[in-house]
Amino acid sequence: MPILQGIVHKHNYLTDEVMVEVARELDISAAEVYGTASFYTFLDTQVKGKYVIRVCKTITCSMKGKSDIIQTLEEMLKIKVGETTADNQFSLLETNCIGWCHKAPAILINEMPYTELTIEKVTEIIKDYMQK
Amino acid sequence: MENTGLNKVDLIFEKINNSEVLTKAFSMTREKIIQEMLDSGLKGRGGAGFPTGLKWKYTAAEKSDEKYVVCNADEGEPGTFKDREILERVSNKVHGGMAIAGKAIGAKKGIVYLRGEYRYLLPKLMTELDSFHKMIKEIGYDFNIEYCMGSGAYICGEESALFESIEGKRGEPRNKPPYPTASGVFHKPTSINNVETLVTAMMIMKHGSKDFTQYGTSDSRGSKVFSVSGDTPTPGIFELELGMTVQQFVNEFGDGDTKAVQVGGASGFCVPRKKFMETIIGFEGVPTGGSMKLFNSSRSMYNVLHNYLEFFTEESCGQCTPCRVGCQQLLLGVEMVKKSEVKSTYLNELIKLADTMKIAAKCGLGQSVGNAFKSIVGNFREEIIY
Amino acid sequence: MINLTINDQQIEVKEGTTVLAAARQLKINIPTLCNHDDLCVAGNCRVCLVEQKGARTLIASCATPVFEGMEIHTNTLKVRNARKHVVELLLSEHRSDCTKCYKNQNCELQALANEFAFGDHILLSLVEGKSYDIDRSSPAFVKDDSKCIRCQRCVRTCFELQSVSAIAVANKGAHQKISSFHDKPMSHVVCTNCGQCVIRCPTGALVEKTCIDQVWDAIYDTDKHVVVQTAPAVRVALGEDLGYDPGERVTGKMVNALRQLGFDSVLDTDFSADLTIMEEGTELLGRLKKALVDGDHKISLPMFTSCSPGWIKFIEHKYPEFLPNLSTCKSPQQMFGALAKTYFASKRNIDPSKIVSVSIMPCTAKKFEADRPEMRASGFKDVDYVLTTRELAIMIKQAGIDFRNLKPANYDSIMGVSTGAAVIFGATGGVMEAALRTAYEIVTGRDVPFGNLNITPVRGMDGVKEATLKIEGCIDAWKFLEGIELKVAIAHGLVNANKIMRMVREGKAPYHFVEIMACPGGCIGGGGQPIPTNMEIRKKRIKAIYAEDENMAFRKSHENPEIISIYKEFLDEPNSHKSHELLHTHYVERDNY
Repeated sequence: MPILQGIVHKHNYLTDEVMVEVARELDISAAEVYGTASFYTFLDTQVKGKYVIRVCKTITCSMKGKSDIIQTLEEMLKIKVGETTADNQFSLLETNCIGWCHKAPAILINEMPYTELTIEKVTEIIKDYMQK
Repeated sequence: MENTGLNKVDLIFEKINNSEVLTKAFSMTREKIIQEMLDSGLKGRGGAGFPTGLKWKYTAAEKSDEKYVVCNADEGEPGTFKDREILERVSNKVHGGMAIAGKAIGAKKGIVYLRGEYRYLLPKLMTELDSFHKMIKEIGYDFNIEYCMGSGAYICGEESALFESIEGKRGEPRNKPPYPTASGVFHKPTSINNVETLVTAMMIMKHGSKDFTQYGTSDSRGSKVFSVSGDTPTPGIFELELGMTVQQFVNEFGDGDTKAVQVGGASGFCVPRKKFMETIIGFEGVPTGGSMKLFNSSRSMYNVLHNYLEFFTEESCGQCTPCRVGCQQLLLGVEMVKKSEVKSTYLNELIKLADTMKIAAKCGLGQSVGNAFKSIVGNFREEIIY
Repeated sequence: MINLTINDQQIEVKEGTTVLAAARQLKINIPTLCNHDDLCVAGNCRVCLVEQKGARTLIASCATPVFEGMEIHTNTLKVRNARKHVVELLLSEHRSDCTKCYKNQNCELQALANEFAFGDHILLSLVEGKSYDIDRSSPAFVKDDSKCIRCQRCVRTCFELQSVSAIAVANKGAHQKISSFHDKPMSHVVCTNCGQCVIRCPTGALVEKTCIDQVWDAIYDTDKHVVVQTAPAVRVALGEDLGYDPGERVTGKMVNALRQLGFDSVLDTDFSADLTIMEEGTELLGRLKKALVDGDHKISLPMFTSCSPGWIKFIEHKYPEFLPNLSTCKSPQQMFGALAKTYFASKRNIDPSKIVSVSIMPCTAKKFEADRPEMRASGFKDVDYVLTTRELAIMIKQAGIDFRNLKPANYDSIMGVSTGAAVIFGATGGVMEAALRTAYEIVTGRDVPFGNLNITPVRGMDGVKEATLKIEGCIDAWKFLEGIELKVAIAHGLVNANKIMRMVREGKAPYHFVEIMACPGGCIGGGGQPIPTNMEIRKKRIKAIYAEDENMAFRKSHENPEIISIYKEFLDEPNSHKSHELLHTHYVERDNY
């Protein structure tokens, strides 16, 4: 797993080629590597953008306005949940409780948590990322 | 908090001289350390509540060249965020607790399994771990800690699933027996403890078990860190004495309109207003790993239940039939009842299913889905149906 | 020793015994699903739950070791309710189309439903109205996820018994499924088509790709001459699907039944097995001469047998650098196929374009082998259809034949006469034994030095077997082999093939000749044989094979009169140009995922 985590940290997701390579190095089957990767939400095997946005959808974040955040993001990025922007910059996903319930709603962009979000706040944050 | 009867405690985050406490602990024999833990009555702070002293005793008794201390930092229970705060503020107390556990059970190695969602903490933790290792070396004790990251799987908080994940595989719980104390990570005797438990162990070493027992009740000794969220004017982390009633808790943290409190996260129990007075927060009542969620009258308990069931359907590892399929059945079932596509009496069949899941599932996840389901359906039946 | 009680009955068992095993010793039946005697413990399905006094939950009897004083009850109210729920849960995620399903009446889920869940089902269906994927990409078998109940027997089989791991458990929660690498079609990945997963799947999620209807069509077509060949392993197992106990030999009845089904010529794969021995034996001796006398270091030794198509695909994916070590001989099935539309057609004056060549095989990989693009030496597709043993049993039932009361019949000629050496091809070690019986006599002029020609060191169920045969008293032409200790090895089950290949890769394999069978037990344990399979059944079938051998008139391949004549009239001599055209082949490098 640390190998897969390292690859995802650098490249955001696991390509078929990379999984086959890992299988070869570890002397296990490619199907096993895929089976392990697909178990973990953060080890994506589908194409992901440079910035992966994960919006928490568990109960407290849900209660505190996650829907508004999702809609704002969908409008700004012009994609739906589960998709990646055409320029491969952003991917928008939902995820389960990330441990910031007292400052809900919260999201993760790659590893960084952003909390106490409002429509305005999240707009600012994404604008910043778009500048990068 | 005098008027609400809640006792604030400052044990976990108290600033202490780690080096002193550890030197004191390492000078004790392992039997003495274990006895202190047993006398304190400390039970695991992750939610399961197994007596820590017993766990260390069993692991100590195993004969093996290699043993491990594992710190379960896979805090994934919805509504729990206290371990994150503990690691952010007093990580070396966690490391210290691990070293003490190591002395008690005879392990030279410790592993911290940190959930992927907290990866941003890693650089800071590594720096602090560095200074910890240096400090330990100066005291003259041999104990090495490594960090292992999770990657987004709630089930990896289950002890045997956690071991599988450390070993690089899918986080699928194992058959038990054998239990972790006999066969844990890498199939060696392992004591796996929650972040907060380990810090509490450090504090018991500092203050002595007698001090600890003055807090709490006989079944739920000591204090606990709670993570409070939901419909409350004061969300956050609070360390409180165990044994209070839910009413006392709501008096302190409610917004004046509290209809229900979910104690123990998605796998815990939902306590309705009419039961606030008679329900104790602790191992003799409703236990919790810290998660406390308050819902006021604007919330639909159907939405809450639906959210929890969706959570379990996604996070189940999928191995065993009762959990993999049972969660889906419960979710579909409440949806159909809500849409009036099945009779409301179908809920009774779902309750029977939840009862089966409790005794048929392979691990704690499947066994606990029924808790939230039965307590919400049992106390808010009308909201589910209408 | 541990003492415990099950249903108030006392029993004493060894430490480490599971509750399930202990119950079986008391003849108490606990239902199971994911449990299989050939595989490691899973403990997933939760069908085998029983009540243990003092435990908070029910326990999985297949996964729980006994302890002193344990008290178990297997049929309490709690257990019965839980069992019913578990079976209903399984049924709710299973697309039940039993009346259309290939496994109808032979399905373990059906059996459980019949025992524990008849009557109205309370739970909702999770599959109704949902779309589903069926993977029909492989010519050998069909994978239907909508019928999968995630017992993981297939995954454990592919990993433990075959060390291929073409399928694994993927995703989690409601999306958990059994998947190939990144959900690719099975024909695109490292799957060897061995079918071991098919014979262990409890439901219809994995079944062979049938061609029963196409074969009936050919039989009814009066314009066509339908030739059928039968593999050695079929004749000792076909009975199991027709009411016989495992290990009964039904050769004569099988031939009669095939004739009654309407096949125009009923011939024997065993004939071409003898042919394979002639070709392969000569090839081996040729390689030995080149290596030992001519000093040709490029000669690839050890030489591997090449009659198991599952093994061939395995080495093509995983060890392509050793393809030169494979014998260039085709399998008996394909040799037969090439000859059916050339030699047989001309001898019997039949237009080869009108011949439909069918084979009955214990194997699913043979379906893939027949489809290989290079198998067209006759100018047509050499083998048109491959039926598994199971499919033949179905056809016999469809035709309403009273199998039990058939009179035994004999094969047609030509290509119907065979020897004991050919029939033992079906057992692990059989090809080796057959080859030695002939090769030794070619080289020394004498019989192999084993009582009654039974070369016992190469027989048996050990995963890897080794033997050494000292060659002494050679005739002049073979004097260069005088004193050589011929080292051979036999492996069955791809996990053991993998072991041998590791040794070869590391240069630690001192063998000259290696027989490899993809399936545990050899062909008798093949993916096309009657279900269920276990060690006991495989042993019984093997016993039947060797009994069949002892009862044959000829026991060495080179004594087969039809073999002698085919060389005289058609092929000239083993490894001749004609033989190479029709009876030898080449292999393909494949990716390893």
